[in-house]
Amino acid sequence: MGFFLETLFGGLMTGMLYSLIGLGFVLIFKASGVFNFAQGAMVLVAALSMARFAVWIPQWLGFNNLILANILAFMVSAVLMFMMAWCVERLVLRHLVNQEATALLMATLGIAYFLEGLGQLAFGASVYTINVGMPKEPAFILESMFEGGVLLNLEDLTAAVIAALLVASLALFFQVTATGRALRAVADDHQAAQSVGIPLNRIWVIVWTVAGVVALVAGIIWGSKFGVQFTLATATLRALPVVILGGLTSVPGAIIGGLIIGVGEKVSEVYIGPLVGGGIEIWFAYVLALVFLLFRPQGLFGEKIIDRV
Amino acid sequence: MTIPLRDRIGEVVLELEDISLAFGGVKALTDISFDVREHEIRAIIGPNGAGKSSMLNVINGVYTPQHGSITFAGERFNKMNPRRAAEMGVARTFQNLALFKGMSVLDNMMSGRNLRMTSGIFAQALRLGSAEREELKHREFVENLIDFLEIQAHRKTPVGRLPYGLQKRVDLGRALAMEPRLLLLDEPMAGMNIEEKQDMSRFILDVNDEFGTTIVLIEHDMGVVMDISDRVVVLDYGKKIGDGTPEQVRQNEAVISAYLGVAH
Amino acid sequence: MFYRENGQFKTSYRSDQQIFPVRQDRIFIFAVLLLAFVLVPLLASDYFIKALLIPFLILSLAAIGLNILVGYCGQISLGTGAFMAVGAYAAWNIGVRFPQTPLIVEILLGGFFATLVGVLFGIPSLRIRGLYLAVATLAAQFFVDWAFLRIPFFTNYSPSGNVSVPALSVFGIALQEAIPKYLFVLSFVVIFALLAKNLVRGAIGRQWMAIRDMDVAASVIGIRPMYAKLTAFAVSSFIVGVAGALWGFLHLGSWEPLAFDLNRSFQLLFMVIIGGLGSILGSFFGAAFIVLIPVALNHVPGWFGLPLAIDTAAHIEHMIFGALIVFFLIAEPHGLAKLWTIGKEKLRIWPFPH
Repeated sequence: MGFFLETLFGGLMTGMLYSLIGLGFVLIFKASGVFNFAQGAMVLVAALSMARFAVWIPQWLGFNNLILANILAFMVSAVLMFMMAWCVERLVLRHLVNQEATALLMATLGIAYFLEGLGQLAFGASVYTINVGMPKEPAFILESMFEGGVLLNLEDLTAAVIAALLVASLALFFQVTATGRALRAVADDHQAAQSVGIPLNRIWVIVWTVAGVVALVAGIIWGSKFGVQFTLATATLRALPVVILGGLTSVPGAIIGGLIIGVGEKVSEVYIGPLVGGGIEIWFAYVLALVFLLFRPQGLFGEKIIDRV
Repeated sequence: MTIPLRDRIGEVVLELEDISLAFGGVKALTDISFDVREHEIRAIIGPNGAGKSSMLNVINGVYTPQHGSITFAGERFNKMNPRRAAEMGVARTFQNLALFKGMSVLDNMMSGRNLRMTSGIFAQALRLGSAEREELKHREFVENLIDFLEIQAHRKTPVGRLPYGLQKRVDLGRALAMEPRLLLLDEPMAGMNIEEKQDMSRFILDVNDEFGTTIVLIEHDMGVVMDISDRVVVLDYGKKIGDGTPEQVRQNEAVISAYLGVAH
Repeated sequence: MFYRENGQFKTSYRSDQQIFPVRQDRIFIFAVLLLAFVLVPLLASDYFIKALLIPFLILSLAAIGLNILVGYCGQISLGTGAFMAVGAYAAWNIGVRFPQTPLIVEILLGGFFATLVGVLFGIPSLRIRGLYLAVATLAAQFFVDWAFLRIPFFTNYSPSGNVSVPALSVFGIALQEAIPKYLFVLSFVVIFALLAKNLVRGAIGRQWMAIRDMDVAASVIGIRPMYAKLTAFAVSSFIVGVAGALWGFLHLGSWEPLAFDLNRSFQLLFMVIIGGLGSILGSFFGAAFIVLIPVALNHVPGWFGLPLAIDTAAHIEHMIFGALIVFFLIAEPHGLAKLWTIGKEKLRIWPFPH
């Protein structure tokens, strides 16, 4: 039982990490109707930027304080994400406004490849570390109930809390602020939003920047845990089933979806994996998503997809 | 009309009984009943929002009415879908054109021959004699239609590039390629100038004359309707308020007030 | 001046419906085939044939298969690598368990098994489209990746997970040297390209394009979306499976599942986009382009005295592919094939500007 709890907690934590990436998807899809295949590449570039600037800035400015270095690196990286958002809107999105969803999807695939190449060219291709002071030692809880206690990864727990805070503030932002309302209007109907004076281009830059900052936070957390390396880009792929399950238009859905996938992957790997040769993690999430697609394409919390005749 | 009514028009081929259609709380059609006779040209008219397009959509199975039945060619249906309608010989055009923009005029019209093509995939891949002959046979049929519609010069052009009036002709051509027994035309004259309307009217009359196709059309231009239809159905707010020859309908008080409003 | 159709009147529908109705095109294709079948074996180096031409031909074939699905029928697929893998592994398994099977039969059976898998994973396309269909094809990709890695039956219980083919021969001719391999692959590709062309210009091709352009209207004229979509998946997977078997048998010789992973799927999708969606010729252009870029990046900077390190070249390759995808999607969605057609249009009226 103790082992099951450990697996469960481990799954929940991993799930939170997926949700962070999924959040970026949902934001962009909600506000522009575009599915952003480049989200993982953005996480990679953001993480690379954070890792390298945290090392370069102290070198260039000649100081040694880690906290200051991290703060400056974060600010620089956030600006970088804004510039990326601006470029993507200007060079790509603006020209593909009237194309169908498939073309936009393939365009973001192109952006992903481009960013992956550029990021590694600019920042280097080795494995880098991010040190933002996340707790690295495990904790043991429930020692009274289970012998030796149940292992809890404090780093993952901190990540989960950060993710929860991020989601809560984003959900609030969408519902309560004027900009949030404008974003929802744009997601609903581009033309109608324009006709009431909502500046489409500016909205898109805002959204992609916010998604970029979310990618930055995700990149920092993932990078802190696993080190910053190219495989981070494949994070897009891990997070796709999450948003399918949760619903592409639902912020809380990304969280719930992430938790379900995280737990499902871990539990199935531990308990079913050995029966079929192991390593089923790579397809479990996808096959689950496939099942959902056949019976409930809008996911658990998404809006029903209406096909107009 | 050159041939007296009683000689050309045949038995009832389509009968609609008590059709009611609602979308959520909105009643699009309420208890509509009328019939269409073989070889006639039947117009459906009415103010905007009267339910005319919905009526057409019910006939060819795009919408399923909550209530009522359709009897076509002797068979009674409660449910119909577009493909089955097509197989039974019902063809239609769309108000907003539903052409295959990426294909040429010829290919669009050839796709209308799809139901009559029987070669299997392997025969097509190897372009066996039988597949080639079938392709040529249908090509010849479609070319005759192209001649009829006077669009020979544009046969290889992608339809997306043609002006609107020609696209409407291709839409008609694709429907005709199906050799339909019943042809549903949804506002075939929409967006046309006088010359184009005259051409289209001529085509519709010729189709009815030469091929004997029964035609049901939705149209706003009263002049056209009165000129070419044999009988007219008038709808308003989803209900039938008139049914008869153009002359009878023109004098129907309910129709006049629907279009012009009641005198104050 | 040279590319005029003057005097080439078509007096029958049959002659109007040929694959190459313009005489200059026929001459051009004949010259290309002559070059491919006769001159290349005489003049090209073994390296050129093995490292460039054979991969180009096989990937062109796979791109034709993918183009049928994505370009002609409008169904997006990110799992092409998986179908290549099924073709390769199935053909290999047949060769291992029934060693007397002729090579051509092995390859075609590989394609057949790929068809079965393809139709299975194509079933979701009846209910979903766009991004959601892409996710379903990704499920196929990852599942197949795992199956060939973890189910020992498929690799005949090989301890390393690696499989290799024995010495190949067809009709008694050994396929060890570059030239016989090349001619074998070339023949396959030419025949399949012809079959594909016949399909896309026939009735089924029009059904596919109707589904792509407006599937609601397609059912109104009597097309059955299920039949059209599943046949697209079937034909596409068959061709891709055959390409996979050729890739494993005649290009790689021995392989592991990684040879057919997601990167391969993306590579093929890029070929189809850049080469031209909905064009058989475009598939060849796209494959040539994608095969040549890494070669160019490895050699061309050196000519200017600025050789690139291998990983730098790889990163620049990523950037170039990404940028080109976006460029083609914005500027010329019909890819290089459209540029080719425009070029021919200009050639028709040359030397006049319009």
